[in-house]
Amino acid sequence: MNIINIEHIAKIYQVGLEEVQALRDVSLRIDKNEYVAIMGPSGSGKSTLMNMLGCLDTPTKGKYEFNSVNVSEMTDNDLARIRNKEIGFVFQTFNLLPRSDALHNVELPLIYAGMPFSERREKAKKALVDVGLADRIDHKPNELSGGQRQRVAVARALVTNPSIILADEPTGNLDSKTGEEIMQLFNELHEKGNTIILVTHEEYIAEHAARIIRLKDGLVEKDEQVSKRQIPKSSKAITT
Amino acid sequence: MRYILFEFKEGLLIAFRALRANKVRTSLTMLGIFIGITVVVLMSTAIKGIDNSFQDGISALGSDVLYVDKWAWFSNEDWWRLRNRRSIDMADYYKFKELARLPIAVAPVISARQTVKFGDRRVESVFLNGSNADYVKTTNFTFDQGRFYNEVESNASRQVAVIGSEVAVKLFPRGDALDKTIKIGGANFKIVGVLSEQGSFILGPFNPDNQVFIPIGTIFKNFVAQHNGTITINVRAPNPALVEETKAEAEGVMRKVRGLKHDEENDFSINQQEGLMENYNSVVGVIQIAGLFITGLSLFVGAIGIMNIMFVSVRERTKEIGIRKAIGAKRRTILTQFLLESSAICLLGGIAGLIAAILGSMALNQYFPTSIQPQAAIIAIGVSALTGILSGFAPAYTAAKLDPVDSLRYE
Repeated sequence: MNIINIEHIAKIYQVGLEEVQALRDVSLRIDKNEYVAIMGPSGSGKSTLMNMLGCLDTPTKGKYEFNSVNVSEMTDNDLARIRNKEIGFVFQTFNLLPRSDALHNVELPLIYAGMPFSERREKAKKALVDVGLADRIDHKPNELSGGQRQRVAVARALVTNPSIILADEPTGNLDSKTGEEIMQLFNELHEKGNTIILVTHEEYIAEHAARIIRLKDGLVEKDEQVSKRQIPKSSKAITT
Repeated sequence: MRYILFEFKEGLLIAFRALRANKVRTSLTMLGIFIGITVVVLMSTAIKGIDNSFQDGISALGSDVLYVDKWAWFSNEDWWRLRNRRSIDMADYYKFKELARLPIAVAPVISARQTVKFGDRRVESVFLNGSNADYVKTTNFTFDQGRFYNEVESNASRQVAVIGSEVAVKLFPRGDALDKTIKIGGANFKIVGVLSEQGSFILGPFNPDNQVFIPIGTIFKNFVAQHNGTITINVRAPNPALVEETKAEAEGVMRKVRGLKHDEENDFSINQQEGLMENYNSVVGVIQIAGLFITGLSLFVGAIGIMNIMFVSVRERTKEIGIRKAIGAKRRTILTQFLLESSAICLLGGIAGLIAAILGSMALNQYFPTSIQPQAAIIAIGVSALTGILSGFAPAYTAAKLDPVDSLRYE
């Protein structure tokens, strides 16, 4: 089942008097339960593509169909609704609300979705339990380790049962051991049926995925299936 | 509709969370509104308090009483013309009393200022009023002790006196004034009655509790030579509704008494409490407006402070706003959140200011009459909320319009 269908999108920014072509002509399709990594050097447009995929921004040209709905010309409010219900973000810098506890952070998307109190508390608690943080529900982010914070972020991303999970350098701020734990978490989520899109510039992270899309200068350079996912030899992880 | 309520309630919870997260900043911001509201409400309670006192004092004069006098209380006439009018004397009074039909009481009054002594205590500048027994019928006097002097005492010009509450307190702190003998300007008078407290606070020379009443004959004997002084004729209408009619009749009668031809102007004036009230009201009105304007300015400054802080807050929380948007907050959700934050600050500051003002009024009441009104509370709360919404709107709108991508990148 097709979730993401992008046809010839381009994104052009006005920077002062200059025009910057962040994306030139990108087309791709992503289906349900895929595990995709988007790679590219700085300036390749991968952040811009991620913003497009996450409905944080709309393309200057081209069409973006999300779950068969054309989102490229949607209003802010409609995009917000899609972000809320269909997309789970995981950021490199975690992006949790620093003065709220884990439970409130995870329930926030449900508040914006209009879910009443007890129902959303239940769901939020379950999400935290699912990522292994049952005993950290009332901790604030500054009382959690980096790995735990990212887990909270993952729980938040999952809590609305989204169509895709969009992770932007999810291990960038973590040490290699913790980073590997988080990648394990993503693997589990993928096995449970979630669709995962990873944006990274690290090979050994990208190799966790089943498909790697490489961008360069705003265009898709390569789009290949990694047929059998192997535990990467180049992994700096694991051994204690 | 239910969704709007839900959003409102959740917005409120999120707003309170945000305020609680930054208690110091929240309290400092509130300070502006707090001071503004305290000052405005205090000022209005003080003004209302003085207003009430004045009105009480003026009411003590009686809205149904007319004062026929040579002098006019309010007049555009030359003072000289008034001064040159013929005095009103007891003969005029007797004739007037005979002819006037409508009034339920008519009494002559002549006043002087004297020092009143008892033992080694004295009260200076007491309003000494001479009148007959009918005087009490032109008033609403109530007595703490004793009674007014009667016709017999009055006609015989006995040296008896009725004293006001303030005089009584000053000369007889233990409250045992009745039947004692006081000295007024060297002559002895026996106290037959003590008046209850009438109007409390009047800025100005006339304090109704600082009066003493003695039979008019004794004034003529001891204090004012009959020819020099002019008397006032107090006329009481049957009820306040008939005041105008009584006034019309009084004018007619007086003109006859004074022998005026129909083309001659009145050589007397008929004064009423109403004129005093009007005059006073316009003065108070000006004071009220000026006072509220000045204190309103401080509230305005407070509002500017709030707007300032809200803008800073939005700037500082750019990343947070970006996160909220990324996980699905709509523009209006962000707008609502920040509007509620600034409104909550102002409302809390306003309520605190109201409480402070009420406490302040109660403390101030010892020196100054104050009057706390429920309208002041409602207006204070309303103004606070409005200030919050207005001063928070621009910052909230800015926050709502932020681009999520840029906001997330903001450090």
